[in-house]
Amino acid sequence: MTPSFHRLANPARFQKFARRALPWSWAVAVLAIGSGFVWGLALSPADYQQGDTVRVMYVHVPAAWMAMACYGLMALLSAFFLVWKHQLAGIAALAAAPVGACFTAIALITGSLWGKPTWGTWWVWDARLTSVLVLFFLYLGYLALAGAFDDRSRGLRAASLLALVGIINLPIIKFSVDWWNTLHQPASILRAGGPSIHASMLWPLMITALGFAAFLVAILLVRIRSELALWRTEALMRRHTRGAP
Amino acid sequence: MSGFLDMGGHAATVWPAYGVTIALLVALVVVSLVSSRRRHRNLERLERELHGEGNP
Repeated sequence: MTPSFHRLANPARFQKFARRALPWSWAVAVLAIGSGFVWGLALSPADYQQGDTVRVMYVHVPAAWMAMACYGLMALLSAFFLVWKHQLAGIAALAAAPVGACFTAIALITGSLWGKPTWGTWWVWDARLTSVLVLFFLYLGYLALAGAFDDRSRGLRAASLLALVGIINLPIIKFSVDWWNTLHQPASILRAGGPSIHASMLWPLMITALGFAAFLVAILLVRIRSELALWRTEALMRRHTRGAP
Repeated sequence: MSGFLDMGGHAATVWPAYGVTIALLVALVVVSLVSSRRRHRNLERLERELHGEGNP
């Protein structure tokens, strides 16, 4: 891993980095999400087949990307925690789980809203939709496991193991539209040969994605600082009770 | 303007999708900030208490 990761693995250095990066990431998030939404809702054209329902894409697709990116990050951090015993990495994974669950919920709900007029149904048990629902339950399972033990470290270790096992679901989500027959359309951005959608639709999509990514960074920094405060409080209390006569 | 709000007859699809997205993201921010503030306050109080005991 790069030296900068090791520098950030030190909580004091992380705090300094977080304080500097937070205002910037919030600013980028608000500006990019705001302009992406205005562009997607008002300026981009209606689709010649789907009409205005295509505007759901500008929230649905970036949210689904973040849902998967967040899981990849969570699994990577869990590996650092389990293998190299980086406490901060485990805590960062714990901070990421609710964020990933939130983006997965957005992808599922907006997809369902989009499916009704487009496919004629809110839900279908096909490979793409089911594997994303599994992703949502992986996040919930991780959080349930992490909170299931009196000893927080033990809970986090168990949850981290689940995060690692669950990473098998990521390629299944990505390639589900190629491997199985599905109502869900295949990839139109991250595909061999480049994006297949017009620039007037690609721009608002990418700007919203940038905004969501900046949001992800900002909310992660807030939540990691929050977890660090909790863990430090409990460590101090443990030390104090042990030290007391 | 009414054409924009109507979304070509798909207002019931488009607006809830953006509404749910904004609502969930804002809720996540509020919950995270409130709990972070509470945890930092608890930590500061504890640090003050322990420090006070060590130096009467």
